[in-house]
Amino acid sequence: MEAKAPRVSLAAIYSCFFWIGLFSFGGGLLPWIQREVVNTRKWMSDEEFFPGVALSQVLPGVNSTNISIYVGQHLRGAAGAATALGAMLTGPFFMVLLAAASYKIVLGVPAIQAAMAGVAAAAIGMLLKTAMSAVQAASKSLPPILIMVATFAAIEFFKLSLVTTVLLMTPVSVFLCWPREKPDA
Amino acid sequence: MREENLIGLIAVLAPLSLASVGGATAIYAPLQHEAVELRQWVTPQEFLDYFAIMRFMPGPSSLLGALIGWKLEGVWGALVATLSLYIPSSLVCFAAARTWHRFRGRPWHTALERGLLPVAAGLVCAGVLSLFQLSGGSLKVGAVIVGVAAALTLSKKLHPTGLLLAGAVIFEMAWLAGY
Repeated sequence: MEAKAPRVSLAAIYSCFFWIGLFSFGGGLLPWIQREVVNTRKWMSDEEFFPGVALSQVLPGVNSTNISIYVGQHLRGAAGAATALGAMLTGPFFMVLLAAASYKIVLGVPAIQAAMAGVAAAAIGMLLKTAMSAVQAASKSLPPILIMVATFAAIEFFKLSLVTTVLLMTPVSVFLCWPREKPDA
Repeated sequence: MREENLIGLIAVLAPLSLASVGGATAIYAPLQHEAVELRQWVTPQEFLDYFAIMRFMPGPSSLLGALIGWKLEGVWGALVATLSLYIPSSLVCFAAARTWHRFRGRPWHTALERGLLPVAAGLVCAGVLSLFQLSGGSLKVGAVIVGVAAALTLSKKLHPTGLLLAGAVIFEMAWLAGY
């Protein structure tokens, strides 16, 4: 066990990820997790958190649940990972059951559709803030900035898949960002 | 009949769990093929409806599988579907995360961590742009995106729920005003 991090209770992990899971619409999970885990609760640093984001892209499974497993495992090992995953799925599971019973009514109301589009737009805004944090954490010297721009371009302009991009860029990035001084950890 | 459906759900969804590299979008096509065409668990229209619901639901959109489970066998079907979708991929992710954690502080780990950081940053930036394009890319959407990001930058105390609600209210007012 690493001595550095304070021990986080499983109840705290459950409560953190339960609310994230329940209230995250439109794929807006990553920003919320990053904000809660790094900024609000200070369980991890951006430098520890974002590599998990890249890892979760190449692993099978949904990115947001994979990130919750990555964070849970970082904090409390197997119990932490299982707690985080269970918490992420509890709320949505019951919401889906609710929706199954009522969706024909809900999807027909334009006012609800407008509200949901607004929620989705706000969720993208949260992701923009997360992107800004990631850019800030990564922009410490020229090589990572070049890698960042190349990764962005690979997806946006060359239309490579996320998995291909990560598998292509990571070796190059590791080579360029290889620590020349002794690692400080 | 009951066990047959539950076993069928596991047989279809557990392999898809491991195939869902890059998220839920990777499994829509094979899931539709199995659930609609081969096994006829749901009609094409139902599958499309489920897809639409998931866009408006919290949580991962692969929970679409839970709706199919619900249609087949009610709550138990939904539960079996959810577990089949998440347990296999989660075990793989856990093994990777644990290996990753164990080697903290090694020089190659530090190098990989530093190397992955800008890759992740590029991915997240690309994600913002893709979602903006998917949402229709209107001025209204852009304004809310920039507004929310600015609010989060200026204040550390803002709660995400409040921001999502604000987005809903702004769009609701725009809709009432005819935009």
